[in-house]
Amino acid sequence: MSFDATYHDQIYKSVGTRPVRPDGVDKVTGRARYGADFNMPGQLVGRILRSPHAHARIVSIDTARAEALKGVKAVVTAADLPDLSDGDQSHYDLLDNCMARTKAFYDGHAVAAVAAIDAQTARKALKLIEVDYEVLPHVVDVDEAVQPSAPVLHDTIFTGGVEPKPTTPSNVAARAEFGHGDVDAGFEDADFIVERSFKTEQTHQGYIEPHACVASVNPDGTAELWVCTQGHFVYRQKCAELLGMDVSKLRVTSSEIGGGFGGKTHVWMEPVALALSRKAGRPVKLVMSRDEVFRASGPTSATSVDVKIGARQDGRITAASAELRYSCGPYADIWAELGAMTSFACYDLENVNTVGYEVLVNRPKTAAYRAPSAPMAAFAVESAIDELAQKLGIDPVAFRIKNAAREGTRSSYGPVYGPIGIGPTLEAAQTHAHMQAPLGPNQGRGMACGFWFNFGGQTCTDLNVNSDGTVTLAVGTVDVGGARASLSLVAAEELGIPYETVKTVVADTATLGYNDMTDGSRGTFSSSMATISSARNAIEVMRNRAALMWDISIEDVVWEDGQAKAIGSTHDNLAPLSIKEIAEASGKTGGPIAGHSEMVADGAGVSFATHICDVEVDPETGGTKILRYTVIQDAGKAVHPDYVEGQYQGGAAQGIGWALNEEYVYGQDGRLQNPGFLDYRIPVCSDLPMIDTQILEIPNPNHPYGVRGVGETSIVPPLAAIANAVSNAVGVRMTHIPMSPPRILAALDAQPTA
Amino acid sequence: MSGIAVSTTINGDEVEYLCQAEETLLDVLRDRLGLTGAKEGCGTGDCGACSVILDGRLVCSCLVLGAEAQGARVETIEGMAQGDTLHPLQTKFLEHAALQCGVCTPGFLMAAKALLDANPDPTEEEIRFGLAGNLCRCTGYDKIVRAVQDAAREMNGG
Repeated sequence: MSFDATYHDQIYKSVGTRPVRPDGVDKVTGRARYGADFNMPGQLVGRILRSPHAHARIVSIDTARAEALKGVKAVVTAADLPDLSDGDQSHYDLLDNCMARTKAFYDGHAVAAVAAIDAQTARKALKLIEVDYEVLPHVVDVDEAVQPSAPVLHDTIFTGGVEPKPTTPSNVAARAEFGHGDVDAGFEDADFIVERSFKTEQTHQGYIEPHACVASVNPDGTAELWVCTQGHFVYRQKCAELLGMDVSKLRVTSSEIGGGFGGKTHVWMEPVALALSRKAGRPVKLVMSRDEVFRASGPTSATSVDVKIGARQDGRITAASAELRYSCGPYADIWAELGAMTSFACYDLENVNTVGYEVLVNRPKTAAYRAPSAPMAAFAVESAIDELAQKLGIDPVAFRIKNAAREGTRSSYGPVYGPIGIGPTLEAAQTHAHMQAPLGPNQGRGMACGFWFNFGGQTCTDLNVNSDGTVTLAVGTVDVGGARASLSLVAAEELGIPYETVKTVVADTATLGYNDMTDGSRGTFSSSMATISSARNAIEVMRNRAALMWDISIEDVVWEDGQAKAIGSTHDNLAPLSIKEIAEASGKTGGPIAGHSEMVADGAGVSFATHICDVEVDPETGGTKILRYTVIQDAGKAVHPDYVEGQYQGGAAQGIGWALNEEYVYGQDGRLQNPGFLDYRIPVCSDLPMIDTQILEIPNPNHPYGVRGVGETSIVPPLAAIANAVSNAVGVRMTHIPMSPPRILAALDAQPTA
Repeated sequence: MSGIAVSTTINGDEVEYLCQAEETLLDVLRDRLGLTGAKEGCGTGDCGACSVILDGRLVCSCLVLGAEAQGARVETIEGMAQGDTLHPLQTKFLEHAALQCGVCTPGFLMAAKALLDANPDPTEEEIRFGLAGNLCRCTGYDKIVRAVQDAAREMNGG
């Protein structure tokens, strides 16, 4: 049956309520099993040896002494992970990141691994592995890496997207350009122009649960992997490819996940765990330490961005351009491209141009971090927009409203928008009580907007109606923040049954069809769409069964309020059949009742937010306190408002940490100086106020309930909102994130005294 | 490799185990006793995910040696509910959606319990400082603070 995903307005019974999540009790009693909470019989302990150098050629690795140590069952190096890439560069890069092949490209790059009977033996074994390194010059700074004098990481990489093709290798892996109109002409028309450069430092997602897995490879080549991941189907695919296994032989189960935010969308040490298990012939548990998480998983890009925006005196922007340099770690990716696409997505611009450069540096491979690349671009653009509003003497909210994108606007990255929420979030901000609250000495208010694309992707669900009329919903998108509650609500809504009778579980890769991972804010959007489709298919089956039980035509059976009802004057005497009655009879009417759905969930509606922030800056210390914070964001439809608010608040808090404090600090030796939560300090409870939220619901026309993804956009505005607030508080434009106390004091000291 | 024999009380039950000198209480709880509710988020006492209550005092179990639990009373998340009756803090965390991924939740519940045991009627600021040793990356702490406020209200008779 074809599925109609079109939005239809309706009165909801379940969707929009706030019940307790189905996995809640397990999580408050300590019973929920995360990556490191699982064990297998005969399991070994895995440990990884990592490069202490930022850039070094691996001359030789001698593992003989480690292998000879009593209790060591396997030692692997790149030799145990053969190159099966066959010209596929991204495959090769992934393999090389899991285990360095010819060169170590960053402090923390894996070079060997052991599996032993206990942690003590494994630690000893690592010390017995002798690696002969030829240390090479390194570069960690994004601006230094693009200089012609910088050490080049790969002599095989020539800047892509440039004509004619360059003849010398470069750390600039690729160039990407977006936009339309004539920016030069637009700047000619401008009465005022703001042109500034901005920098942001590298940050980590900071999930509290380190990467962890248990791998078990059997002698017949079948294997199991228990792992904390945002996408077990994708992990299965990648691990199978890297290790040369049949996909069907690898069964991956996603554990409960202790935060991901994009960082658990890439494989890191899981292929190594499988290689160790394959070699040792026993299950291997591999858990990263926090130090390893910082040094060797995937933080976000460090960036350097130049922005130029011009406007007429009447407040209309005439042209906007940006050049963005994003660090990728040692491997090419599309981080600058995403920054270039998102930079000006909030605005309706006649002339716009953005260019992104992917820059390779001796830092860990950059990974996605919640709306990847958008917060840094928004920091630069929204700071410049604020400054331009000040030059024009226009209120910053009114200036943005005047230039905001709307339905029909051609976005700066190409597509034409449908119904969108940037205007409404700005209008809600304009009338919000927060905007009128008084400010004291050394206090400032800032606001900023943010955009994220959102994603749909491949999705598969099974909805089984059990013999007592309760429902089990199997989904393949990992639940990172309450999605099982939302999906149970959606199934309950569509079937017309109580929420409590639906149990949603995340199925493993052997029991459900392929699902893309939980990224792009797609978990609830795409799996709810597939759930609605599954439920409608199950209803079709149940209408058939009711027709059979009544011996009438299916055309005379409708589904309402969780019951089959016979319609038409000839069926007046037939009492409705409940889902329970139909389910109980199913053994005699054709067997089990289920609804399935396989789809590409197209039509993820774009998402916009506006944030308002008040700060107080201590001029003596340079310390900044967040006094008040408000998030206004379009959710399309908030399925479970508690968890929508939670996404808004969590993204804002991460953004606050990024704006004020978090950064990777590298020494002259190219080693990470702060790989721990003491020196890489994320916000704690006493750092923050309550974070107020306002959910707007501008329905996504491409989802039956109007749902949009909500997970990522909330981290896009904070850097700029807080920078604008601090700039207003201290009277100096802040251009370098994080605005840590030393940077604020330096900015104040650089001001001429009055 | 001879172990150190330890006799202790965990969640009211007498427990005996052997551990190595360098093993932390967290290692013992998780790897020897199967009590995996306490999590290792950092191993350096910075995140609070491994919080337990030792002789009435909130500690990071990753900073306590297994051998130090000799003769002590240890309370972990597994002992917080009484049978099938959740502690009011557990109930309020669920009602207020004070968890997203949930991996920090056991530590927060132990810290919140220790806070309310010592100060049954804390201000918002006291709650924020009382929980400042526990990291949560998902929630922004808003709903956690509200859940603790509501639990305190209920435990004080509403």
